[in-house]
Amino acid sequence: MSSDQSTNPTFNQEKIRALIARGKLKDTLFAALGIICLGIGLVVIFALVADMAIKGFDRLNLDFFTNFASRRATQAGILSAWVGSLLVMLVTALTAVPLGVAAGLYLEEYAKRNWITEIIEINITNLAAVPSIVYGLLALGIFVYTFGFGQSILSAGLTLALLILPIVIVATREAIRAIPAMIREGSMAVGATRWQTCRYHIVPYAMPGILTGVIIGLARAIGETAPIITIGALTFIAFLPPVPFTEIGEGARAGLFDWVMSPFTVMPIQIFNWTSRPDPAFEVNAAAAGFVLMAMVLTMNAVAIWLRYKLRKNIKW
Amino acid sequence: MPTNVMPPLKAEARDLSFHYGEVRALKNINMPIYDKKVTALIGPSGCGKSTYLRSFNRMHDLYPGNRYEGEIRFYPDNTNLLSPDVDPIEVRMRVGMVFQKPNPFPKSIYENVAYGLRVRGEKNRRDLDGKVEQALRGAAIWDEVKDRLQDLATNLSGGQQQRLCIARALATDPELLLFDEPTSALDPIATGAIEELVHELKQRVTILIVTHNMQQAARVSDYTAYMYLGEMIEFGKTDDIFIKPQDKRTEDYITGRMG
Repeated sequence: MSSDQSTNPTFNQEKIRALIARGKLKDTLFAALGIICLGIGLVVIFALVADMAIKGFDRLNLDFFTNFASRRATQAGILSAWVGSLLVMLVTALTAVPLGVAAGLYLEEYAKRNWITEIIEINITNLAAVPSIVYGLLALGIFVYTFGFGQSILSAGLTLALLILPIVIVATREAIRAIPAMIREGSMAVGATRWQTCRYHIVPYAMPGILTGVIIGLARAIGETAPIITIGALTFIAFLPPVPFTEIGEGARAGLFDWVMSPFTVMPIQIFNWTSRPDPAFEVNAAAAGFVLMAMVLTMNAVAIWLRYKLRKNIKW
Repeated sequence: MPTNVMPPLKAEARDLSFHYGEVRALKNINMPIYDKKVTALIGPSGCGKSTYLRSFNRMHDLYPGNRYEGEIRFYPDNTNLLSPDVDPIEVRMRVGMVFQKPNPFPKSIYENVAYGLRVRGEKNRRDLDGKVEQALRGAAIWDEVKDRLQDLATNLSGGQQQRLCIARALATDPELLLFDEPTSALDPIATGAIEELVHELKQRVTILIVTHNMQQAARVSDYTAYMYLGEMIEFGKTDDIFIKPQDKRTEDYITGRMG
């Protein structure tokens, strides 16, 4: 080094080292800042969940899940709410998945590239940004009154399906775009039709991505309150939708799909209802129900991650 | 050439031109493809070899803005493969293709080979089994995979994957098989295996092969065509092309002065 310095007058070891040290300091500072930012996010969410768990601890027992809503806080449960949420999600999934996947598939594999397609694509992205209350108003007009579905599980499920449709379409398209062209060509080269190529290759290989999108969409839908209130979900309900083929009095039996026309409530509405009551005892119920809702959403996300991992294991190009 | 007795024709390009949008990639190509022979397409990168090859199974129809002019006559029925009245899917059922990079589907070995048969509506399990075995034997890979037909095809080595792709193309008994630089992603041993296979396959199928490797063209082909800037410069028996090329540009390319 010292010989270097003597032969190269512009080389100043101390200056260089100071420069490197300054650079490294910024490195450390940024790393620290990053950890703090990450920490804030994690701590806040963890604090929220923990707070709800602690506050609602007294209610988190089996009775809470098997009791209907009640005027007495200690006896009030979330039976109708969690059953309602699950059934609404079922309708949402059964509607949004086929519609969204078919739409995405069409746009990626069939649609000609022209300005009409462009406009449709831009508007699908815009749809994802429409406030959910607007979907509620739309659904109130169309599903509840025009189609006469009433304030039912069907109306709610269809409304939320509309809400998450753009998410499913976008996820489907992204997943399809990730499939290399050579897979498509390989299939077409043996004489497959477009549909056969989609049916045997494109859809199966895009499935991990599609499922992830679907579950993220459902996780968003399960927490939606505004559109459900708009279409008129009940806030107090002490019965469950009829189970198919069971007796519903007078010797009559419930049909396979009678439950979709039943009045209902869902988790977020139940929580909203409890927090707006004057009796502070209901706050405990609200916290417990909030914790359960969080657990439902986190479970759905966990399932999404697991499915993605399991399905992607065998797909590589 | 004129005095020699020529083998029967399998296909023939007549005034074939091809356009990618505004770009004219092939210019008035006229060329015979002889039945049960191997024809090699050589020429520098970007000369249109692959474009020409992909015209034979209408692969260009998959993308918008492409346009053919002229004809590719296909014998014995004298169909124009490029005619708008001819369904590209029907063309692809008669003309198989093996790609530059092995492209097995992320499914089992068995399903990869059976795919072409399934596409044709073949459902009988015993028929499928028989044809899959036959195709895998034809592609000289049966002994390596017969005990693990249900394994994922993507776990095979590159050379095995390429032979599997050949089996996939063979399973449906194509009349013409297109090879788009099938060995450029493979090591010399796997390349040797594929070349040997091409040599055997010409007993039952006509082969058109694009290659960057001059020795490969000389080794495997009966006829050779030299292409340059979208034009067919010279076509003839492989021995003639390599020993006494008629065109100066062909000679320059073959002797390594160009390309």
